[in-house]
Amino acid sequence: MGNHSDGSPNPSGTVATAGQNEVEKFQDPGLPPHRLRLADTDPKAAKRAERQVAILFGSSIFGTVIFLVAYFAIDLGHDSSIATIRTQNLLLGLGTAFAMLGIGTGIVHWAKALMPDHEVSEERHGIRSEEDRQAAVRIVDDIVEETGIKRRPLIRNTLLGAVALAPLPALAVFGDLGPRPDDKLAHTMWAPEGGKLKRLTRDPDGTPIRASDVTIGSAFHVIPEGLNELHEGKLNEKAKAVVLLMRLNPESLNPSPGRENWGYNGIVAYSKICTHVGCPVALYEQQTHHLLCPCHQSTFDLTQECKVIFGPASRPLPQLPIAIDAEGYLVATSDFKEPVGPSYWERDEHERRINS
Amino acid sequence: MSAASTAEAPFVAKTKVGRFTDFVDERVGGSGILREFGRKVFPDHWSFMFGEVALYSFVILLMSGTFLTFFFDPSMAETHYQGSYTPLYNVEMSVAYSSSLNISFDIRGGLFMRQVHHWAALLFVASLGVHMLRVFFTGAFRKPREMNWVVGGVLLILAMAAGFTGYSLPDDLLSGNGLRIIDGVVKSIPVIGTYTSFFLFGGEFPGTAIIGRLYVLHILLVPALILLMIVIHLFMVVVHKHTQYPGPGRSDGNVVGYPLGPVYAAKAGGFFFIVFGVIALMAAAFTINPIWNYGPYDPSPVSAGTQPDFYIGFVDGALRLMPGVINDFHFEYVVFGYTLTLNVLLPALVPAGIIFTVLFMYPWIERWVTKDNREHHVLDRPRNAPTRTAIGVAGFTWYCVMWAAAGSDLIATAFHVSLNDVTYWLRTLFFLGPVLAFIVTKRVALALQRKDREIALHGRETGRIVRLPHGEFIEVHAPLDEYKRYKLVGFESPAPLPAVPNEHGVVTNKEKRRAALSKWFFEDRVAPATPAELEAAHAHGHHEAIESGEEQKSLSH
Repeated sequence: MGNHSDGSPNPSGTVATAGQNEVEKFQDPGLPPHRLRLADTDPKAAKRAERQVAILFGSSIFGTVIFLVAYFAIDLGHDSSIATIRTQNLLLGLGTAFAMLGIGTGIVHWAKALMPDHEVSEERHGIRSEEDRQAAVRIVDDIVEETGIKRRPLIRNTLLGAVALAPLPALAVFGDLGPRPDDKLAHTMWAPEGGKLKRLTRDPDGTPIRASDVTIGSAFHVIPEGLNELHEGKLNEKAKAVVLLMRLNPESLNPSPGRENWGYNGIVAYSKICTHVGCPVALYEQQTHHLLCPCHQSTFDLTQECKVIFGPASRPLPQLPIAIDAEGYLVATSDFKEPVGPSYWERDEHERRINS
Repeated sequence: MSAASTAEAPFVAKTKVGRFTDFVDERVGGSGILREFGRKVFPDHWSFMFGEVALYSFVILLMSGTFLTFFFDPSMAETHYQGSYTPLYNVEMSVAYSSSLNISFDIRGGLFMRQVHHWAALLFVASLGVHMLRVFFTGAFRKPREMNWVVGGVLLILAMAAGFTGYSLPDDLLSGNGLRIIDGVVKSIPVIGTYTSFFLFGGEFPGTAIIGRLYVLHILLVPALILLMIVIHLFMVVVHKHTQYPGPGRSDGNVVGYPLGPVYAAKAGGFFFIVFGVIALMAAAFTINPIWNYGPYDPSPVSAGTQPDFYIGFVDGALRLMPGVINDFHFEYVVFGYTLTLNVLLPALVPAGIIFTVLFMYPWIERWVTKDNREHHVLDRPRNAPTRTAIGVAGFTWYCVMWAAAGSDLIATAFHVSLNDVTYWLRTLFFLGPVLAFIVTKRVALALQRKDREIALHGRETGRIVRLPHGEFIEVHAPLDEYKRYKLVGFESPAPLPAVPNEHGVVTNKEKRRAALSKWFFEDRVAPATPAELEAAHAHGHHEAIESGEEQKSLSH
């Protein structure tokens, strides 16, 4: 006896076999007897609950006063510090919280302690009666019959055709939501204008960068010359043109055939827009020569022309061919040789067109 | 029948309020409505409050959101900030961002309203999700509530849409990068992706149109749809009446609970103020989305450790988990001269697609497998439907793995582990996690059912150790009263339904598949204890324990 008391499961064959659930079941004993609460039997307890509810409602009044005082007494002048704003926010919030919680907890306490707590049982009724169903069927039949739609297929078919086509204008009017993409995604501001090569300038102030400013191990956030002077579409251009400039030991770079002249003395420039979904690849790990995108952790290896070595990106970062001009400033010798940023359906077509 | 047509004199109210009420009642028929609903019975359980939390959060969202629209300007025109937050003084930014800063720093209570709105939004989506988990695990989606389950799923999607469109409005650096990710995902859609992106942004990213467009969606279209769905949802709740947990006196034919007036109305109405109060407390004490720290949107900078709002996390996490390259295999390739970028398309669409497809179809799948076409108004305790509970936990685990992946960089920095290892582990868990969760949950559910049987048959452990005359120690078990016992035994435990031939005497392949699924569903099961077993347990030499238990009980009274 008592072998269940040592905590071991009772070997009663609880995984039942077929037919076992046919044996008789326990009968529903009905609703349990109602138990009285303290406040039901003891007038003192009821009085106490009444006072508690009143105190809770009172605390709500207190909260409303706090809110009003904090709103009118604290002045957000033109030179208000962030501390003033935080204080006011805290007091407004606490005031509202007291005002609301006082009412809420008061009502709930009132309901739980003083209102009748008898559970009652109500019959459920069928959602649909058979009689209603038959009546509805008759009505629908009558309606269909009166329209004559079954006997006049010409009317039915032309109506269907008209209704099917009528929404088309509603779709067509959205045609001007945006312009056609054409090849806008394939070009950036780096393309030379009128034979003048664009200088690499610092982000955000736009000052040009000399090759001699770029020491080994350093990195620059770069925008094209003239970006800050744009009045229209500045962010659109910046979203495609931002570049990371880094200088490595020239021996650690392994340029592939055709790209030997894209860098200068170990200085290389790569698009900062991740080829995954377009976040800025803003983290440069100087020791490992890795570029890391903080959004989804795609990792690119600078010594392998920014090949993807980890994460969800599938394509290397596009490289910007650079050289120095007569004054020693870094310039882009051409636009990127492929579209920058996330892939899109026409991307390969655009890349072929750029290189043809 | 109006009162005038009877022999009695027409009813005349005595007080002013009475006359006013009567005036309205005669014209709208309020008495009938009150008669129908005034004492309508609602079952009560703490887990029924999640839906209420969602509803009340939405009301708070409407109120705080309306306040914010009075001050917010959804324009992407360039301006130089002139407000009182000095670190950004004279910085070039959009009017939208500038007006968000003004709401935070120059409108009294503006920061509080912003924080109430954001916290309420997070609570809205969270409570919807938890409410749906409750409905799933208790089987409340079964007939006749399948369509209301679908409405709930639509509401969850709309809530996420409302959240994301609102999150982007301040045009700060964080939300701007979020939009850029959306743009990248949209561009990955085959054939129409590039056009869709240009149509969405009115040209190239970021353009000058997107904030205004999201604003209209956020304050008009999406809330109107949510409101419509809520009305349909609540209408169906009234038609179906509420479900109830199993217990003595409760059956599929009745509804047991408190009458609407006064108890239920007071509790539910009071609860609105409690939800409001808790949100106000959070808005008072916890900063959410401090846009002034992020700065205006600029395509070049990005802050490390960026996270979207939690409800978008699982999609962002899936984007992080997907490898772009495995050894030399690239997930982006060129098909007939066009670029197909599966490393973005698959994680952005497939997991969310699977989750919502299964979610929407599940009531019909279970109905087909179990051939159960009865109405169910009594809920299942999750342990009493082990396979369903295991499916739910497996799905939820899958979701959580993706969600955790959205914080992979934070996990790595917080626990000082390699980011790459965190990703590798989460990639493994993406596949293994749901399987493990299924197995473990099913075993736990079956074990809990066995424990219920044990308690129903042998009573509960009292913790009282008694030494018998011959020296043996036993723990005294106290038998349950019949009400408590019924709660443990009053459930169905269906057996697998073997395949049956159709009217032509053929067992179709579909029916065979159904039978296989039915076996998988119900093969491992624990039957509820029966009176005969209780009898046997009593006769099986437990008399002394039970008697001493009863003795103990009577002594303590």
